[in-house]
Amino acid sequence: MRKKYISVAALAASAALALSACSPSSTDGGGGGETGGGETQGGGETVRIGIKFDQPGLGFREGSGDPTGFDVDVAKYVAGELGYAEGDIEWIQTPSANRENALEGGEVDMIFATYSITDERAERVGFAGPYFVAGQDLLVRQDDTEITGPEALNGKNLCSVTGSTSAQRIKDEYAEGVNLVEQGGYAECVTYLESGQVDAVTTDDIILAGLAATPENAGKFKVVGNAFTTERYGVGIPKGSDQCQAINDAITKMKDEGAWEEALTANTEGTGYTPDETLNNGPDAELVSCEA
Amino acid sequence: MNGFLELFAEYDIIGAFWMNIRLTILAAIGSFALGTVLAVFRISPVGSLRAIGTSYVNVVRNTPLTIIMVLGVLAVWGQLKITFSSDFELNFFVYAVIALSIYHAAFVCEAIRSGVNTVPQGQAEAARAIGLSFLPAARVVVLPQALRGAITPLGNTLIALTKNTTVAAAASVAEASGLMKTMIEFNPNLMVSIFLTIAIGFCIIVIPMGLLTTWLSDKLAVAR
Repeated sequence: MRKKYISVAALAASAALALSACSPSSTDGGGGGETGGGETQGGGETVRIGIKFDQPGLGFREGSGDPTGFDVDVAKYVAGELGYAEGDIEWIQTPSANRENALEGGEVDMIFATYSITDERAERVGFAGPYFVAGQDLLVRQDDTEITGPEALNGKNLCSVTGSTSAQRIKDEYAEGVNLVEQGGYAECVTYLESGQVDAVTTDDIILAGLAATPENAGKFKVVGNAFTTERYGVGIPKGSDQCQAINDAITKMKDEGAWEEALTANTEGTGYTPDETLNNGPDAELVSCEA
Repeated sequence: MNGFLELFAEYDIIGAFWMNIRLTILAAIGSFALGTVLAVFRISPVGSLRAIGTSYVNVVRNTPLTIIMVLGVLAVWGQLKITFSSDFELNFFVYAVIALSIYHAAFVCEAIRSGVNTVPQGQAEAARAIGLSFLPAARVVVLPQALRGAITPLGNTLIALTKNTTVAAAASVAEASGLMKTMIEFNPNLMVSIFLTIAIGFCIIVIPMGLLTTWLSDKLAVAR
């Protein structure tokens, strides 16, 4: 008999717990809804631009501070030409693997995120630009004189990022005896380069220059300057977007005005990096045609 | 369908999954060995050993596997420069197996301990009564029964381990999830095929494990 009372009491207690656990969460939901509504209250029309948050010199943002970098500067200029003030830009992080989804799902209006124009990607998204032509290159320690190009990497250790063929290409085409380590981000690669566990880091030259230009890395590394591929950085837009021509015009104007050069110099200062002249003035830099 | 063929032609998908399987097998052996030792620690009559076992389990079980993996590569390899092999592929494979073993040993330990709880007190007392001291009693009487009772939780741990081998991508091991990232980056047009290929691949590996676990736990259950 006594046992029964205890179990009834336990049941009642647990029911009370469950109920009380319910009520605060429902008020929470209401509060969340309110703040959500407050956030969308903004003045004027906004444009959502996707950038990388983790590539110093190109697209970089710490916390909720202002993003910096070359991609960001070009994005601001283009947005300005399209009629958006700087305050109307909403910056959204678009890591490499998410870029197509973000455009297709309507999370962003444009992407400036070291986004190379390729046929495979063009099946799902539209491209304007290119606004920059990069090439794969190597980052080495400042005092290194041995590594002058990908062929010199036999027997050396090389770091790159998972999900990019950059490193594999070196192994396949230039130096079979290279040791590869793939990491989640270039920041890890740079720490290995500094500690001596790897001899070179490889990816697009402007990304390397951006890494080398950060205050904590200043003076430690140099870009070899012997680009061996061509990566045409385009502006990702939803497929069939009518903005393509306007973006191309804005990029042309930015180059003509000299703002392009300025942005580039400011973001790679102190690394001795200059963009590959032949790439950026040659046929690869020609803007895509917007009829599609 | 064309998408699938294209993927298999261009990327070494089978090789990547084979890497996951090799990681699973070696880490399963490693974590089972370490986990068994820890379980013996935790049921031993020596207080300090019990404390070691308990603190290991509580610390490691509450540390994300990614942290252990990254700590190994970023700190132990990158800064302390401890290298197992001059061949990077082997070196990072060893790091991944060690990290996976360290992490899953905590879960194996708890699985075995739950198996020990299924062994009636009388068994240990009877072992003691015929003159066996702690280790022989554990080895001959308690653990064999405990393992048979622990097959289901051990199987769950093995399945979790199989899926956790994808974290080895953080340690520069060329396995399936890293390959998926590469494929999505360069063939976003085939994204659905890529996702299905990897998902089905893991199902093919994991479902038989689940079936085998269920079958074994019925077959080997200690009839009392």
